[in-house]
Amino acid sequence: MGLLDYFRNSRPDGTANVAKERLQILVAHDRAARNRPSYLPQLQREILDVIRKYVDVDMSAVSVNYEQEEAHEVLEFNIILPDAIRHAT
Amino acid sequence: MSRIIVITSGKGGVGKTTTSAALSMGLAQRGHRTVVIDFDVGLRNLDLIMGCERRVVYDFVNVINHEANLNQALIRDKRCDNLYVLPASQTRDKEALTKEGVGRVLDELSQSYDFIVCDSPAGIEHGATMAMYYADDAVVVTNPEVSSVRDSDRMLGILSSKSRRAETNAEPIREHLLLTRYDVPRVESGEMLSVKDVQDILSLDLLGIIPESKAVLTASNAGVPVILDRESDAGQAYADAVSRYLGEEVPHRFMTAEKKGFFNRLFRG
Repeated sequence: MGLLDYFRNSRPDGTANVAKERLQILVAHDRAARNRPSYLPQLQREILDVIRKYVDVDMSAVSVNYEQEEAHEVLEFNIILPDAIRHAT
Repeated sequence: MSRIIVITSGKGGVGKTTTSAALSMGLAQRGHRTVVIDFDVGLRNLDLIMGCERRVVYDFVNVINHEANLNQALIRDKRCDNLYVLPASQTRDKEALTKEGVGRVLDELSQSYDFIVCDSPAGIEHGATMAMYYADDAVVVTNPEVSSVRDSDRMLGILSSKSRRAETNAEPIREHLLLTRYDVPRVESGEMLSVKDVQDILSLDLLGIIPESKAVLTASNAGVPVILDRESDAGQAYADAVSRYLGEEVPHRFMTAEKKGFFNRLFRG
């Protein structure tokens, strides 16, 4: 019995591992969102409006990344311009 | 100097009121003048867990609204002279708790009590934010289960941004984790998150592990804080947690199954 148990439990196939992995991802995501300044979504919209005056880009072409390091914060915008622009200029 | 302790969790049903009753009784039994306040206005239950439901005359909201004074509303525990209960109102809504009113009552209590234990309602709405706003210490009650861990993490974010200590740039609230309903056999078979798993995610000071125990229901049935059941695993685990809160070094128990027989140990390594 003991031996059988040993072999059965040596590789626990429970779902706790799945729970932990899901939580780690979720909590990291929640924390990142929590530390962002509340004006970020509006800033993103307004910048997009300005860009749209000149170039036709859509919402998904703009990504905003906010990182907090010890002494400073980094606000990073990444705007993917459509191919046509480069040919036009 | 009195300390204000909030018992919080975000998620409901994880054991906040059981914990509030046990910790406040434990602190009082160690000789500290302690008051435990039910912040769950509209759904009061602390009085029931403490076994003083038939002695409620005035409540927290009456005191805030100057309809009664503190001495009229406080209920002295019959088992321990150092312990008082301030019940919540059953008929009003949570908005009756104003930041000024709560602050005034806590101020008055801190003149004569060593510890003020605030039993928070579930959620992150008004009642919960009022319970944690003035806290010096927080006990985050968590079950080893995904939604409870996630909600605890959200509550930690709120403690560090929306409390008085955060708003005045004072020393942050001291946060402790209390893991409740811990089922060792299920953890060992990989079905349940372990203490280490939860610690890896929340990285908090571990105040205690309360094992899943029949004693908790038995105690609440009778209106006796489970810490008074010294024979029970949960009662002992709460007593350990009180010792740790008071700064004693107590090794964690109830993390592994009962000692096994020789052959079992041999084969399991």
